[in-house]
Amino acid sequence: MRLYRSHVLICGGTGCTSSRSQEIKKEMEKYIAEFGLENEVQVVMTGCFGLCEAGPIVIVYPEGTFYSRVKVEDAKRIVEEHLYKGRIVKDLLYYEALEEETDTVKSVNEVEFYAKQMRIALKNCGVIDPENIDEYIAVDGYKALTKVLTEMTPEQVIEEITKSGLRGRGGAGFPTGKKWAIAASYKADQKYVACNADEGDPGAFMDRSILEGTPHSVLEAMAIAGYAIGASKGYIYVRAEYPIAVKRLNIAINQAREYGLLGENILGTGFNFDIEICLGAGAFVCGEETALIESIEGKRGMPRVRPPFPAEKGIWGKPTLLNNVETYANIPAIINNGAEWFASIGTEDSKGTKVFALGGKIKNTGLVEVPMGTTLREVIYGIGGGCPNGKKFKAVQTGGPSGGCLPEKYLDTPISYENLTRLGSMMGSGGMIVMDEDNCMVDIARFYLDFTCDESCGKCTPCREGTYRLRELLDKIVEGRATLDDLDKLESLAHYIKDNSLCGLGQTAPNPVLSTLEHFRDEYIAHIVDKKCPAHVCQKLLQYVVTDKCIACGKCINVCPQEAISATGEVANERTGKRRSVINQELCIKCGACLEACPPKIGAIVRI
Amino acid sequence: MKKTIADLEKIRMEVLKNIDLRNSKEEVRIVVGMGTCGISAGAREVLNALVEEINRRELKNIKVVPTGCVGMCRLEPMFDVYKDGEKVTYVDMTPEKARQVVVEHLVNNRIIEDYTIGKRAKE
Repeated sequence: MRLYRSHVLICGGTGCTSSRSQEIKKEMEKYIAEFGLENEVQVVMTGCFGLCEAGPIVIVYPEGTFYSRVKVEDAKRIVEEHLYKGRIVKDLLYYEALEEETDTVKSVNEVEFYAKQMRIALKNCGVIDPENIDEYIAVDGYKALTKVLTEMTPEQVIEEITKSGLRGRGGAGFPTGKKWAIAASYKADQKYVACNADEGDPGAFMDRSILEGTPHSVLEAMAIAGYAIGASKGYIYVRAEYPIAVKRLNIAINQAREYGLLGENILGTGFNFDIEICLGAGAFVCGEETALIESIEGKRGMPRVRPPFPAEKGIWGKPTLLNNVETYANIPAIINNGAEWFASIGTEDSKGTKVFALGGKIKNTGLVEVPMGTTLREVIYGIGGGCPNGKKFKAVQTGGPSGGCLPEKYLDTPISYENLTRLGSMMGSGGMIVMDEDNCMVDIARFYLDFTCDESCGKCTPCREGTYRLRELLDKIVEGRATLDDLDKLESLAHYIKDNSLCGLGQTAPNPVLSTLEHFRDEYIAHIVDKKCPAHVCQKLLQYVVTDKCIACGKCINVCPQEAISATGEVANERTGKRRSVINQELCIKCGACLEACPPKIGAIVRI
Repeated sequence: MKKTIADLEKIRMEVLKNIDLRNSKEEVRIVVGMGTCGISAGAREVLNALVEEINRRELKNIKVVPTGCVGMCRLEPMFDVYKDGEKVTYVDMTPEKARQVVVEHLVNNRIIEDYTIGKRAKE
């Protein structure tokens, strides 16, 4: 095969694809051909690099030159200057990759965002071409499957996974080895292995990125699981709104079948295993294991009563092992490197690494993978870069709509399943949304509740009715109609829903309310008693007013869609006799257009 | 085509040679001058010869990177070898000489004095 002197890796994750990385690839290839470099330079479309904030990302090896926010028009310059003439295009470098003082260029691995991470599940993302099985094989792909099929008994595989201490990465953190052992213990003519890729938390995209960046890792792990529990068929339940992930999974499955790594008599060992993709319509509740199984069977996605658990009666009533994408992505590494290696990473009760999706008010939006036990502060400040624009950090929401908001005082908590649960939040699938001083915590709680209201399947009353009543109470609070009595009602109803719902959706839906009540009660009180929103977010509780800094320029009057502003205030300028603006609060719809229009150096309009 | 375990290992070794370029380990760095002067004097052929020879001998953790004009255009094609904290500049290179440098300097650990800039400057 051909050897290339340089590789250009272009991010083909969903984020960078939406900012035209496919076109960048085409342009690059065009110019590479034009300069006659097609036999020297290889262009590869990879999975997500993780630092989505800086996308589209292009990395040139062997130097590891890290170009960020590359535009289609920049392709020619990178080819001509860097690949042809050997001069790095400095103005396209990621800001941290160029040290101004010494004029030296750091490689991608030296950039802080990457240097502080430890990648196991995301190891191949942004390194290999996900649509080329050979590249996956080259980075020890299907080595674990080979080892398992030729050297280990199913019991030994389960023992190895148990010893590693791996726990479910989908949210609940159930010990994976135990799950496999239970599924293996049931006897049946047919068993199933399923992969939960129904990623529903707003802001979480680690499962998508794994499927897009290293789909074979998941296929290999599922085959290993199939061997361990005695299943010959697997299902991947993935949402249809992940088209790139679905496309690459399909390519990967076909390649694996062609190589005989899926199908009958795998690697000549007599083991049979095949995988089918099942597309979901994108319902949050289908991330719940029994609802997911219902959906695979073609029924409406609603949870079943447990027990029996899926390990006993799952898909089509047969024993089923169900794990999350990220959980599977760890399996080949555990088999290859040994359980001791994996167990040496992390904390006493939480082993290995965890992928987090950083979002919200944070500088480096993207995907990070860190060892368990890393503090929230290290993830948010060390890797995430903290809040942008010098704003003050207020809270971090972990675990998506099922998790809770943690204030600054808990930032030094080492991340583990138990620690987050103890503080009233949870690991969840690993969403991490940062909020700054401009976020109203009551509004945030209402936002998440809005989501769970919409996504409640309606099977059980506490969740179906309770979440609506909770939202009504929150509506009252943000609109200034609530009393302190309502606060008590809110709290007791939240506990009731938590205790009485059928599945995880309802049991965790009140978490955003309960955790904000615990950590930010003063904001609730301000809304109810003072009728004020301290963060100036809740529209019904804020007013736009003109202060005496107004110079009567009239810009706000021109932009007001309601014609609520008039020049009827005090005289601002004795010479011209112009009068200051006054906002008629009756007409004002609080759109904020006047605040935007007021020249920043004047800053006469304020929210109170 | 169905693969055997031996086939997988073969693919692994083969493809790894190419994608090993993307790892971050670096023990030796060879910087080739690729300014207009270098390119017209044949620097690209020299660079490709280096890459081929290094791969043929399965040497690991060596990075061959291009750079712009180094300033001594009359001695192009030239490249610097950074090894064990020492920098050696080879000048007036040809693909053949470059291959010799890989063998002598990188494999046998012997600098080819005759090709270095110090020797040439005295001439």
